[in-house]
Amino acid sequence: MNYGPKPWQQSNWDFRAALNFIFGGAGAGLLTIAAFSGLGGNALRAEFLLGMALIGAGLVSVWFEIGRPLRALNVGFNPFTSWMTRESFAAGLVFALGLAAVWLASRPLAQAAALAALVFAYCQGRILQAAKGIPAWRVPALIWLVFTTALAEGAGLLVALAALFDAPARGVLGYFSLALIARALAWSMYRGGVTKSAVRPALAVLERAGKLLIQFGTIAPLALLLAGWFAPDIARIAVLLAGVAALATGWQFKFVLITRAAYNQGFALPHLPVRGTR
Amino acid sequence: MTRWAMVADLRRCVGCQTCTASCKQANATPPDVQWRRVLDMEVGEYPAVKRAFVPVGCMHCDEPPCMHVCPSTATRKRPDGIVTIDYDLCIGCSYCAVACPYQARYKTDRASFAYGKPTAAEKQGFDPKRLAVATKCTFCADRIDAGMAKGLTPGIDPEATPACVNACISQTLSFGDIEDPHSNVSQLLAENQTFRMHEELGTGPGFYYIWDKKGEEAAA
Repeated sequence: MNYGPKPWQQSNWDFRAALNFIFGGAGAGLLTIAAFSGLGGNALRAEFLLGMALIGAGLVSVWFEIGRPLRALNVGFNPFTSWMTRESFAAGLVFALGLAAVWLASRPLAQAAALAALVFAYCQGRILQAAKGIPAWRVPALIWLVFTTALAEGAGLLVALAALFDAPARGVLGYFSLALIARALAWSMYRGGVTKSAVRPALAVLERAGKLLIQFGTIAPLALLLAGWFAPDIARIAVLLAGVAALATGWQFKFVLITRAAYNQGFALPHLPVRGTR
Repeated sequence: MTRWAMVADLRRCVGCQTCTASCKQANATPPDVQWRRVLDMEVGEYPAVKRAFVPVGCMHCDEPPCMHVCPSTATRKRPDGIVTIDYDLCIGCSYCAVACPYQARYKTDRASFAYGKPTAAEKQGFDPKRLAVATKCTFCADRIDAGMAKGLTPGIDPEATPACVNACISQTLSFGDIEDPHSNVSQLLAENQTFRMHEELGTGPGFYYIWDKKGEEAAA
């Protein structure tokens, strides 16, 4: 039995940190699907610029949170153990390769940038998992949930944007569906792990966010894609809604994860002091 | 090798917070920042209520999660086990604060003083380097180093001992080298039953809590 003050919501990382995971993940996911979806020319350029802008917005957001913004470059000093340093390196690579791909309209460079974006998304998962002080974050399965939601959000964004202009390719919709299913599976794994470590208030908010992720972020989009498949008249609007739902639920989950479910470890005594005679 | 560690005898602590006050005075920490603090834990229901006072702070872990996550290498561990922060390197990202399972780290963005304007003592102790970066207990490393340079023994000689240990009115807190089997802390650990907080996380805290004598359970 443990005794001690109850854990409380951490206040060191607020919505600004959450935006790094929200925008960064979606941007990385968008770069990934854009590079491998067969897009070319100006369409690829536009998707890449949007993806990099999202990652950049996330990094700028977190830059506003750090105490000494003029020392921001010091973030690169510890690649040996810090996933934050590794994330910054991956981001640098994404921008270098991505901008070169846009400039030269090169698909191989775009695919190389997408691989760097995948590393970036993975680093984001590892950043949270390495935070031992937050039980809801240190669950190993969170890495894959952060990673797969990045893929699902990026795919959701791409199909939603594509649906504004034309019906997205079937291959893209297939990838989007797989990303949604992978995210749902990752949520299921994470849920199994987090119930063993997180405190009740954290579990309550995660459960609500997870329900949205499954109901409106997985089942509803898949149902909309199916509806669009069988009823071509509504296909574009169905795909648009599916994409927006996948994106919005992923973002709300990460916002909750960082700003609502991040209860700290608290203090606990495995034994009480034995004083006087017994 | 030397491994500095602190031992708190939970049977002795009366929750007077003298260690807290002493730490604040010695390290000139601003309001709301307590590198050494004492938790007041009340457990159970009447009439079976128990109360424990628990000194907490940086545990100077063997495997400090704060150090591993730090992107700027500002957080480091000395060979003697003391975990330090280089205020000139720290970017104030607070990653260490969320990685620490002991809530031992603080970040103060703006200068603040107990009565608005700084008192003479606050003026003297104010260090702008500590603004907007992570700060925490240092085990009074400067006192230890200065004392040892004079040939003194930390944990025995007050001049070489952390301020909180010196100030403790009930001898709850002890400080010393746990690698030395003859040290005060090694003897306390040998004679008593101890635990370390959140040991299951694998951090290897350098802060031990005594909760009972050894062997008494068997005797009872």
